[in-house]
Amino acid sequence: MLEEFADLEREYRAFADEHVAPHAALIDREECIPTEVVEALRNAGLFATGFPSRDQDPIAANLRHGLVHEALGFASASVQGLVNVHHMAGSAIARWGSPAQKEHWVPRLASGEVKAALAITEPNVGSDAAAVETRAVVDGDAWLLRGAKCWITYGQNADLFVLLAATEQGGTAFLVPRRSANLHIEPIRGVLGCRGYMLARLHLDGVRLSSEHLLGKPGFGLTHVMATGLESGRYNLAWGCVGLARACLDASLEYAHERRQFGAPLASFQLVQQMIARMMTEVHAARLVCWHAGVLRARRDPSAIKEATMAKYYASTVVNRVAHDTLQIHGANGCGSGSPIERYVRDARIMEIIEGSTQVLELAIARYGYQERG
Amino acid sequence: MAENIAVPIREFVTRSFSGQQLADEDDMFALGFATSLFAMQLVAFVEKQFGVEVDSDDLDIDNFRSVRAIAGLVERKLAA
Ligand SMILES: Cc1cc2nc3c(=O)[nH]c(=O)nc-3n(C[C@H](O)[C@H](O)[C@H](O)COP(=O)(O)OP(=O)(O)OC[C@H]3O[C@@H](n4cnc5c(N)ncnc54)[C@H](O)[C@@H]3O)c2cc1C
Repeated sequence: MLEEFADLEREYRAFADEHVAPHAALIDREECIPTEVVEALRNAGLFATGFPSRDQDPIAANLRHGLVHEALGFASASVQGLVNVHHMAGSAIARWGSPAQKEHWVPRLASGEVKAALAITEPNVGSDAAAVETRAVVDGDAWLLRGAKCWITYGQNADLFVLLAATEQGGTAFLVPRRSANLHIEPIRGVLGCRGYMLARLHLDGVRLSSEHLLGKPGFGLTHVMATGLESGRYNLAWGCVGLARACLDASLEYAHERRQFGAPLASFQLVQQMIARMMTEVHAARLVCWHAGVLRARRDPSAIKEATMAKYYASTVVNRVAHDTLQIHGANGCGSGSPIERYVRDARIMEIIEGSTQVLELAIARYGYQERG
Repeated sequence: MAENIAVPIREFVTRSFSGQQLADEDDMFALGFATSLFAMQLVAFVEKQFGVEVDSDDLDIDNFRSVRAIAGLVERKLAA
C-alpha cells in the first residue's frame, strides 16, 4: 500500500532535497533554522498535514503526514523536530480546544502563520510529567502561572505554547502566547544533537491568562490534552527516525561502493555486507510499523496509541543502531565535522530521549501487553 | 442504562483491567484501576464503538468514572 504513495514520497523528498537538506549542516552549526526554510515549509503547506480536513481520506491523510516527517527527517532532524512540536501542540488544540479556540487557532496553525510548541518538561520533572511544579492558581477571573519549563523545542521562536501546569484539580493545559507579560524566554545552546531545535527555558514569573487560555478542562491536561500531543509526537517522530535512518543507509551504500581498502570496495567485504543487511531490514521493518500505526490512527482504533508508542520505540532504537553502523562503515571520514555522518549519530541519540525515553516506552508497551493478556 | 450500550463498555473495561470484574457503579479512578494510558484508550474506544465524538465539554470525571457513567455519556451523545 505504501507504493500507492510513491509519488507523494518523491514530491516530499524533492522538497526536502531542495529546501531543507542544503541548510542542514549550517542549521547544526549555527543552532538555528533560517527563516527561509520555515517559509518554504509554509509555502509547501507542510504545517497543514497535521490538521487533516474531514473530507480527506483518513488513511491517506495519516500516511501523507508520516511521509512529510520522513522526508524532513531524511534531510534534517532539526527541521523535522520543529514541524513535529508544531504538530504536537496543534493536534492537542484541534482535539481538545473549545469551538472558539479551534476556530481561532487551527487555521493559523495549519497555514504556519502561528508556530506552536509544547511545554511539559521542567528542571525537576522529566518522564514523570504528572509531577510538574509549575502552578496555575485562580486569580479573580483569570489564572496566574508561576514556574519554569526547560528543553522546549522551538521555544526560542514559537508564537504559542501548549503548556502543562498543576492546578488543584491536577494537570491542566494552557495556551500561553509568547508575548504574555512576565514570560521570559532563555535560549539553550550547545546540545549534543538536533542542534537546530532552538531549545529554550521558559520562566513564568506570574503570567496572567484569561479563562479563554485554558485548553480542555482542569485536571485533564496531562491525561487527555498532552496525551494527544504526545501520541502525535510519537507517530511523527517515528517517521522522522525512519527518514534519518534512510539517510544513514543511503550514505552507507554510497560510501561502501566508493571507498576501497585492501584493493577492493568496502561493499565487497562480508562484515560490511552484514551491517548493510541489518540496516536495510531494520529500516524497512521500522517503516512498516509506522505505516501500520498510521492506518490504525486513521481508523481511530484504540490500539493506535499502543502502535504509535511501539513505532517510536522501535524506530528510535533502529536509527541509533543504523547511525552507529553508518559511522563504522565511514570510519574516520565519518567523524570529521565536514561529514554529515557525525551529525546523524548525534541527532539519532536524541531520539531515544524525547517523546518518551526508551525505558519509559518499554514500560508502557509491557503494560499494553499485560492488558491484552487479560 | 441500555444493555446494548453497557455490554461493550463492560467488556472494554474488563479487558483493559486484566479481567478484573467491576460492578457498573464502581469508580475506576478512585479504585486506582484507571491510568492515564487508559484515559485516552477509553476516549478512542467510546468514539469508535458508538460513532460519537468526545470533546472538551465532555471532559468531566463524572462522565468517565464508572461503566454507568460512560454509558450515560454515550446515551446523551447519541440522543443529541
Ligand atoms: C533535544 C531535546 C528536546 C526536547 N524537547 C522538549 C519539548 O519540546 N517539550 C518538552 O516538554 N520537553 C522536551 N524535552 C525534554 C524531554 O521530553 C525529556 O528529556 C524526557 O521526557 C525525559 O526526561 P528527562 O530527560 O528529564 O529524564 P528523566 O525522566 O530524569 O530520566 C532519566 C533516565 O532515567 C530513565 N527513567 C526515568 N523513569 C524511569 C522509570 N520509571 N523506569 C526506568 N527508567 C526510567 C529514563 O529513561 C532516562 O534514561 C526535550 C529534550 C531534549 C533533549
